[in-house]
Amino acid sequence: MDAGSLFSLVLCAAIVGWIAYAAARRHESLTEGYRTHAIGAGAALIVFVAGLAGLWKFLTGLELDTSIIPIDVWVDEAVDWLLLKVGEPLDQLNRWVVHKIGFFERFLHQSIAWPLLTLLFTGIAWHASRNLLVTVGVAFAFLLIWSMALWKPTMQTLSLMSVSILVTVVVGLPLGILMSQSDRARSFMLPILDMMQTMPSFVYLIPVVMLLGLGNFAGVIATMIYAAPPLIRLTDLGIRLVDKEVMEAATSFGASRRQKLFNVQIPLALPNIMAGLNQSIMMALAMVVIASMIGVRGLGQEVLFGLQRQEPGTGFIAGLSIVLLAIVLDRITQSYGRRMETHRTVGH
Amino acid sequence: MGQIQISNVFKIFGPRPHSVMEQVRRGVSKDDLLNDTGHTIGVQDVTLTVEPGQCTVVMGLSGSGKSTLIRHINRLIEPTAGEIVVEGQNILELRGRELEDFRRQKLSMVFQRFGLFPHKTVINNVAYGLDIKGGSKAEKRANREKARHWIGQVGLTGYEDQFPSQLSGGMQQRVGLARALATDADTLLMDEAFSALDPLIRREMQDQLIELQENLQKTIMFITHDLDEALRLGDKIAIMKDGAIEQIGTGEEILQQPQTEYVRRFVEDVNRGRVLTAGTVRIECKIVRTDTAPGEALRQLGEDDLRVTYVVDANGRLVGAVTAASLRTGERNNVQSVDSLAEDVPTATEDMVLEEILPMTVGEDIPVAVLGEEGELKGILPKDTIIKALAEEAQLTGPADR
Repeated sequence: MDAGSLFSLVLCAAIVGWIAYAAARRHESLTEGYRTHAIGAGAALIVFVAGLAGLWKFLTGLELDTSIIPIDVWVDEAVDWLLLKVGEPLDQLNRWVVHKIGFFERFLHQSIAWPLLTLLFTGIAWHASRNLLVTVGVAFAFLLIWSMALWKPTMQTLSLMSVSILVTVVVGLPLGILMSQSDRARSFMLPILDMMQTMPSFVYLIPVVMLLGLGNFAGVIATMIYAAPPLIRLTDLGIRLVDKEVMEAATSFGASRRQKLFNVQIPLALPNIMAGLNQSIMMALAMVVIASMIGVRGLGQEVLFGLQRQEPGTGFIAGLSIVLLAIVLDRITQSYGRRMETHRTVGH
Repeated sequence: MGQIQISNVFKIFGPRPHSVMEQVRRGVSKDDLLNDTGHTIGVQDVTLTVEPGQCTVVMGLSGSGKSTLIRHINRLIEPTAGEIVVEGQNILELRGRELEDFRRQKLSMVFQRFGLFPHKTVINNVAYGLDIKGGSKAEKRANREKARHWIGQVGLTGYEDQFPSQLSGGMQQRVGLARALATDADTLLMDEAFSALDPLIRREMQDQLIELQENLQKTIMFITHDLDEALRLGDKIAIMKDGAIEQIGTGEEILQQPQTEYVRRFVEDVNRGRVLTAGTVRIECKIVRTDTAPGEALRQLGEDDLRVTYVVDANGRLVGAVTAASLRTGERNNVQSVDSLAEDVPTATEDMVLEEILPMTVGEDIPVAVLGEEGELKGILPKDTIIKALAEEAQLTGPADR
């Protein structure tokens, strides 16, 4: 047994012992379980001393650049294994998604598309907000983007965004619902969500690119990983915040779990779910520049060009377009979210 | 039809309720249990029968476990120990679909803060208990009709397509009531149903419930912290404290014969005039038949001018009253029988409460006569008897039958 594995073994044992000890303490305060307490404490002590001795021995004989727990190797192996197992079907999915995005893009690039699309978004903005200022603002934003000759990259970004958000909703909504229904699922998901949100995006770009290659599909997946957490969290929160008495009412009339979920919980959580979607869209837009580094075309690429060629103007107008796109999508989704709040709260 | 039998039900909250059942059965105090083991007692050894067609009120202050208790009956809360039988069925054995079906068919519930679905219109709220059973489009349409009927019954016609947030509190609770009544369940669980309403609206809702109950004869379990409400609505009242039942009885039993100090303190402030009925407070009186001669009546009555005797016919029905003074006048004038001397007296029925009777005595020397259903004389209520009863000095009198 080498130093590294022995150390990690002792470390694990110490952690387990400590958890047992803590559990025993908690237990004792509740049911007079002194025996459990003593056993737990004893086990913890033995493991702790052994751990300290081991720690001392191995820390003194260790080179600083020796990897004791080779997580990097494990990750490499896992990605290699994945590549071997799911490489082929993933490749097909990749082609399918790229084809879809391409189709969407080609349509948006037609010269007829821009007035149509501007009209469409202006209409949606009016429908959502019933606010003249917001509606005019949306039309103005599209006109400005077009007049800066950034229509094409903007549409590339918009189509990637749409697919990403679609994937985010398809993945995030069920996960959020699952979390709300089971405390176990929730405690399992929370650290994963924390990791998705705090892990620097370059880190998961590496395996994503290895698995999916450069291009739009990799961009979609990377965007989804970054953008899904708010939607998942707010779906869970929204469902959990549904008034207890309303839920009791549904239960008392004999509603099944499914009936409660679809007739009561999800409809009442919609304002929160919309807020989550809004946040996810904003996060997805924040990924545009990073996604351009793995070969996604669009506004992010323009920013990248500006950086590489030292053209601040190119970078600025691309950045401005991203901001405009963000504002348009934000105002529209927020307005829908606000409209949903009517009749979803009861007051006297 | 809807009898509920709750037997020795315990509910303990905490991480391992069953582990402390032994201590609770031994009678450990609530505080000791909390300090030693971190468990709290919600319901302690409650045995209660809710009679079919009656309104049983469970009354207690907040924290007395009454809302916990009512949630056991549709198993929104699971008991730690005990048995609950509804219509001959032990409901603690029900699992999954069986439990859902039981809730759909047998019970419905009205909530303190109404528990309406804010995203559904009034009519869809009322139809909820029906829609949830599933069914064809035709059935769904029938559900709408039924919902419309009950919306009418609670006086909300015209508000079908409004949302709950557009209604006042009282109207929202009418929706809650209509929703509960629409399912045709025999048993109605009402958890502080009127407590969140203004006093005037509360009174109105109580009247409405009493009126509806006269026709519907539902089995009602009603939870409240308001003793006046309990006394108005309850055929039977159970008073709870610290999760246990202190006393069960009719309103008058609880007022007149409180069994514990807690109950006595509780009923101290009650407006007794609203609860005590003529039937319980009445006293016996002198009576004479219509064909009695005034002289004979006078002899029976004694000499005091102020004394009164009541005239009844052969069936015991009240004809009127005569004072000693008018008897003497009659005797002097050779009147044949007391029949023609009888004057009208104020009358009350046995179920009238003292508050209603008191105004009748103003400016009236002759005590109010208490009559049975057929108009037969059951007894009388002199002013001082009424005042004594109101001042909590009266002992419960036995029936003053002739």
